[in-house]
Amino acid sequence: MKFQLQVVVSLKPGLLDPQGKAIEGSLPAMGWANVSKVRVGKQVELTVEAESEEAAREQVEEMARRLLSNPVIEDFQILTAEQVGR
Amino acid sequence: MSLGKPRVGVVTFPGSLDDRDAIRAVALMGGEGVPLWHADRDLLGVDAVILPGGFSYGDYLRTGALARFAPIMDEVRDFADRGGPVVGICNGFQILCEAGLLAGALIRNRRLRFVCRFVDVRVETSLSPITEGLVPGEVLRIPVKHGEGQFVARPDDLARIEAEALVTFRYCGPGGELDDEHNVNGSTGSIAGIRSPQGNVAGLMPHPEHAVDPDVGPTGGQPLLASLLAFALARV
Repeated sequence: MKFQLQVVVSLKPGLLDPQGKAIEGSLPAMGWANVSKVRVGKQVELTVEAESEEAAREQVEEMARRLLSNPVIEDFQILTAEQVGR
Repeated sequence: MSLGKPRVGVVTFPGSLDDRDAIRAVALMGGEGVPLWHADRDLLGVDAVILPGGFSYGDYLRTGALARFAPIMDEVRDFADRGGPVVGICNGFQILCEAGLLAGALIRNRRLRFVCRFVDVRVETSLSPITEGLVPGEVLRIPVKHGEGQFVARPDDLARIEAEALVTFRYCGPGGELDDEHNVNGSTGSIAGIRSPQGNVAGLMPHPEHAVDPDVGPTGGQPLLASLLAFALARV
């Protein structure tokens, strides 16, 4: 079976996110002065052929740990198709 | 076997830019630069390895993240494990961090801008393949050119880096002063380069290979390459 999964990679909370800061700095100029704590991450969509969703998830977790994220600076979260809302 | 002329391998990844400059700089300093190819599994018996700057694999995913899986990196890792000198410059530093051969990571510069200019760096230790023979406190002028050079590390790694004197260079003012103004990318502790605890692997964001020829600018990179050649020769 094919399973759609999404990996959301985000910078660790303590780390300065210059990209988020830049976006945050631009928002007031456009009239949105009430926004703070902007953080930019990335999202990786994957379709995995596996026996079960559990197996697909386990594999994606290892992929996320070894390649899709760098544990020194990033955290990741794995979402299933339902959680993404498709 | 080289007698008096150490052979320094320079790895070319898809997207490497400074491989030719590195080979030329090695030659200028009296060594022999040996081109190495990312897809090969052979270091051709070199005495030292340089991972040059550039944008390996387009820096997709994260800087250095994909280059770490190149076939030649298995050989580089074995070579490093055997005590061979390995130096990562800029993108090469990012690759060594991603590969786990050095601690920490390099993230987007604090001010988001790509910086391309000469900076002053202060030598922090003489125990590395690029600072042997240098005196801690000495200030060298070397260029940087990077968008992602802000050094960060986990608190425990950072504590170890400082406690074991693994910092090789810090960004500083012309007189060696450490302050925020001269910290060109916002690196933790103004760190511009570190070494491995074993002392044979080093990575740095500044480009010594661009600062060796007196005809084109400052020569702050010369002592680093001279150190690498001497370090490599001592092992032959």
